[in-house]
Amino acid sequence: MENYDLVVIGGGPAGLAAAIEARNNSVQKILVIERDRELGGILQQCIHNGFGLHIFNEELSGPEYAGRFIAELMSMNIEYKLDTMVLDITNDKIIHAINQKDGYITIQAKAVILSMGCRERTAGAINIPGTRPSGVFTAGTAQRYINMEGYMVGKRVVILGSGDIGLIMARRMTLEGAKVLAVVEVLPFSGGLTRNIVQCLDDFNIPLYLSHTVINIKGNKRVEGVTIAEVDQNRKPIPGTEIDYDCDTLLLSVGLIPENELTVQAGAEIDPHTNGPLVNESMETSRDGIFACGNVVHVHDLVDFVTEESRRAGKGAAKYIQGKLSNNGQTFKTKPLNGVSYIVPQTVRLENVEKGLELFLRVRNVYKNVKLVMKGDDEVIKEIKKRNLAPGEMEHLTLPVDSIAGKSFEYLTIEVKEEA
Amino acid sequence: MEKHKLICINCPMGCRLEVTKTESGGWLVEGNQCKRGTAYAIKELTEPTRVLTSTVVIKNGFLPRLPVRTQTAIPKEKIFEAMDVINKIVVTSPIKVGDVIIENILGTGVNVIASRNM
Repeated sequence: MENYDLVVIGGGPAGLAAAIEARNNSVQKILVIERDRELGGILQQCIHNGFGLHIFNEELSGPEYAGRFIAELMSMNIEYKLDTMVLDITNDKIIHAINQKDGYITIQAKAVILSMGCRERTAGAINIPGTRPSGVFTAGTAQRYINMEGYMVGKRVVILGSGDIGLIMARRMTLEGAKVLAVVEVLPFSGGLTRNIVQCLDDFNIPLYLSHTVINIKGNKRVEGVTIAEVDQNRKPIPGTEIDYDCDTLLLSVGLIPENELTVQAGAEIDPHTNGPLVNESMETSRDGIFACGNVVHVHDLVDFVTEESRRAGKGAAKYIQGKLSNNGQTFKTKPLNGVSYIVPQTVRLENVEKGLELFLRVRNVYKNVKLVMKGDDEVIKEIKKRNLAPGEMEHLTLPVDSIAGKSFEYLTIEVKEEA
Repeated sequence: MEKHKLICINCPMGCRLEVTKTESGGWLVEGNQCKRGTAYAIKELTEPTRVLTSTVVIKNGFLPRLPVRTQTAIPKEKIFEAMDVINKIVVTSPIKVGDVIIENILGTGVNVIASRNM
């Protein structure tokens, strides 16, 4: 059995930033384990620009953003294994992994960081009616085929779901000569960023149908067409609103699921709201010394926030290894109330927070001119005016330690309050 | 009078802008909540630009495609013409991030650069 101070599982943006930050905080023996053929994760196929505005103050493409972290990791001589699949993590932090070169290996770690990211929801998960021909892809699969492998996936395309990957692929397919006939979203609002709707759809006159869904797929060998229809408030198709499209491809951009099989095997508790592990202020899960960061905890819109969160996990793991994480002092839980779907972190040990407590949350609906109200049990701590809130855009709040230090409460709650 | 409706893409606010061309040839921008909206609207209506990202064929590379992008934004109306140029390019590994793949594409004064090492 090999021994490491820290093992990071997943070499995407979260794992890279966490490993680098741990080394910056004096952790010596670090191993990053990646199942893909190279480091960088999903960024390597996200060739569009817009990454790095917060971290580097520049607009980079995905591979450029990943490349900077990979170069830093290599300059620090942090060890990594590629094409390596982690099979299990035990309670006492023994990692079982397998690859073609080393065979079956076990590694004892003092601390573990989980940064496995998320995967796409597939056709099987959303019960689309109709046949099952070839030509139905998740948007991310199509992105990998086109941007990395050099295969074009279709000529006439309908996209179901208006998440950012779907919007980005609408533009990408159009640039490569395909005709994108429509983007169809079951909700009354888009799940993507507004700037993507403008730059990816409006720029190319691609129609976006809100409150619509795909009700049929036609074709036996290859997709020959799809039928869409408007849906009512209960998401039931409204008869008479059908539109038929003659197309050879259907792309799905219908949500991302944090990939937490290993997290569960390690015995960490899962938050049903995020589908990721419950974490504390240092990004430690309910399992002592097992940390998590990035999309495995909750799905982010911006990689810059993944980097920030992962640096916190890297620093937390370093403190844990050095015996510097405190379990004493003021502690509380966070709880989403009216209009807020989740808050990360879910528990806080205030002694470990240096200046400000970083809180990430998402709202359930589109709101205009409202307040986000933070309370310690029933006492208002802070109110923040928001002109615009949407489920597709994660909110990031920093609560100064001074504003809560010494106050005794069990729950820090956050809710949306609409103006009277 | 010429009127346009735009959505500002500077920040997540997504302000809905109404832009009117005045008789004196100037622009009246309404609906924006900050100054950047005015600048965006005028630029978008007079000389809209976009950063273009795509891939080129690479020989002997780790992958068959190399991601590339324009170093800065190019005129929006040249995007498809620029794709035609990019699609004819074949490069050979090794390439370093930032290497110029196409110099001064379509006379825009903007280079197309490699987006990663390969």
